Amino acid sequence: MNQPDLRVNLAGIAMKNPVTVASGTFGYGPEYADLIDLNRLGAIVVKGVSLNPCPGNPLPRIHETPAGMMNAIGLQNPGAKAFIKTYLPFLANYDLPVIVNIWGRTIEDYEGVAELFEGEPGVAGLELNVSCPNIKEGGNSFGTHPDLFEQVISAVRKKTTRPLLVKLSPNVPDITVFAKTAEQAGADGLSLINTLPAMAIDVETRRPRLANVVGGLSGPAIHPVAVKLVWEAARAVNIPIVGMGGILDPEDALEFIIAGASAVAVGTATFHEPTTVLRIIEGIEEYLLRHHLKSIAELRGTLKTGAR
Amino acid sequence: MNTQLEKAIIIKNEPWTPEYYLLEFSAPGISQKAAPGQFVHVKIPDRRDILLRRPFSIFKAESGTLSILYKSVGRGTRHMAKLHAGQAVNLLGPLGKGFPIPDTNKKTLLVAGGYGMAALYLTAARAQTPGLLFAGGAGKKDILCAQDFTALGWDVRLATEDGSCGTHGLVTNILDAWQARNGKSSEPELFACGPMGMLKAVAQRAKEWNCTAWISLDHYMACGMGACLACVQKINRDGEERLACTCKEGPVFEAREIIWEES
Repeated sequence: MNQPDLRVNLAGIAMKNPVTVASGTFGYGPEYADLIDLNRLGAIVVKGVSLNPCPGNPLPRIHETPAGMMNAIGLQNPGAKAFIKTYLPFLANYDLPVIVNIWGRTIEDYEGVAELFEGEPGVAGLELNVSCPNIKEGGNSFGTHPDLFEQVISAVRKKTTRPLLVKLSPNVPDITVFAKTAEQAGADGLSLINTLPAMAIDVETRRPRLANVVGGLSGPAIHPVAVKLVWEAARAVNIPIVGMGGILDPEDALEFIIAGASAVAVGTATFHEPTTVLRIIEGIEEYLLRHHLKSIAELRGTLKTGAR
Repeated sequence: MNTQLEKAIIIKNEPWTPEYYLLEFSAPGISQKAAPGQFVHVKIPDRRDILLRRPFSIFKAESGTLSILYKSVGRGTRHMAKLHAGQAVNLLGPLGKGFPIPDTNKKTLLVAGGYGMAALYLTAARAQTPGLLFAGGAGKKDILCAQDFTALGWDVRLATEDGSCGTHGLVTNILDAWQARNGKSSEPELFACGPMGMLKAVAQRAKEWNCTAWISLDHYMACGMGACLACVQKINRDGEERLACTCKEGPVFEAREIIWEES
């Protein structure tokens, strides 16, 4: 049998396979380039970039939990201009669509950073991180406040012609409301899920494990939560979805595809084993062969929910 | 870059002191490339619920083998203590920028607190001429490998807080005593690894004595590759203040460039 067709057109981004990396877990490209052939990835989603440099949070910034980890890095990044100067030329050496994760603390910040990338041919698409507080609106998170959520997507949509993915927070009562709102506001695709809000305490010192007190939980511990939300979102919208949250094995990635995701992102597992992303690609291909499927598209959204 | 993933085979994993274990691997790739002060990132075998690798300073690296000293204190190291010879362990390394080669025009002074002795061993083993090791800990059980330095011809001076071994007091006390006696005749170059309080004290000495001190820092880290930004340290290098990844640009920094957190 011929090799299955792994290619995915993700909202206009041509991926050679459905596997990418989750923002913040893979740096900006050079970090893992000596261990992994970046040409093999379906795309790279780089660490979140803001208009101005951001120093991030005090240490400790991470804490390991059973089958997971919490982080409060605080979106440390060198700023959009430094990213463009330092990392885009590096990434241009690879046959690799570059998706830039962007964020801001005000709508104007989001607009500004989106506009900067408009003139950069090396950027295949943008991923909007809406899980940060809006400092002008009393600290409400863009990602969990429906009005702010709609406003920030609409504003960025007007500033970019690139494929625009919106990364959804799992911390909402009904993911379909946010999925549909994003679609109506002009998103070309959705990424989900972002980390789950979490906290841990050192009982000996009675101090929080993270200097920021609270952080985001990731890793295999959150995978079933993510599968459920991807399934719900996929049924609610007609735009493609990148499923992520706790992928460690090919089966974890396949669950997202069967639940309706067009692509998947490997995140925290890269810290456990840097080659995970390659093993996921190989595992998906092996699965398609074993199930006599000609393409990844044939598998997408094929969950069987009828009588057993 | 030298970093690689290697399937290392355990040669031995045995108690070293009442609290510490010696874990020795056959790891020809990483062993050959390992430099003093570098570390390896150890994936806990068969325990995928323990997601993050554990970073350990390289103790010895010779003839294709590599060893680390570790204390069984948490989820990861408790599992490590159960590993046995012949088992495979996935290592990522060698990682980080370690200690420079000691300046032969200066007196090489190694300053170790507890576990820090292991991290300084390769510096001693590869130094052109023996220097002095000042090592300290809470008690005798924290003095890990003094005999290994003595075997290399190094002058080993010990201090313990409970007086159970060497001078009663802090390692910086015996360092200060040496400086008072010899500081005028020979310029020291310090190499330090140990708890944060000790490292700050050594950096303070370097400032007072106007000498170079190489400080090996330890922050919680996830990736070890400079990607996750968990382990950043504020530094001032070439007049620019910025955050550097301890895993990639460190763990060793020159004392003058470290901007210490207030505490």
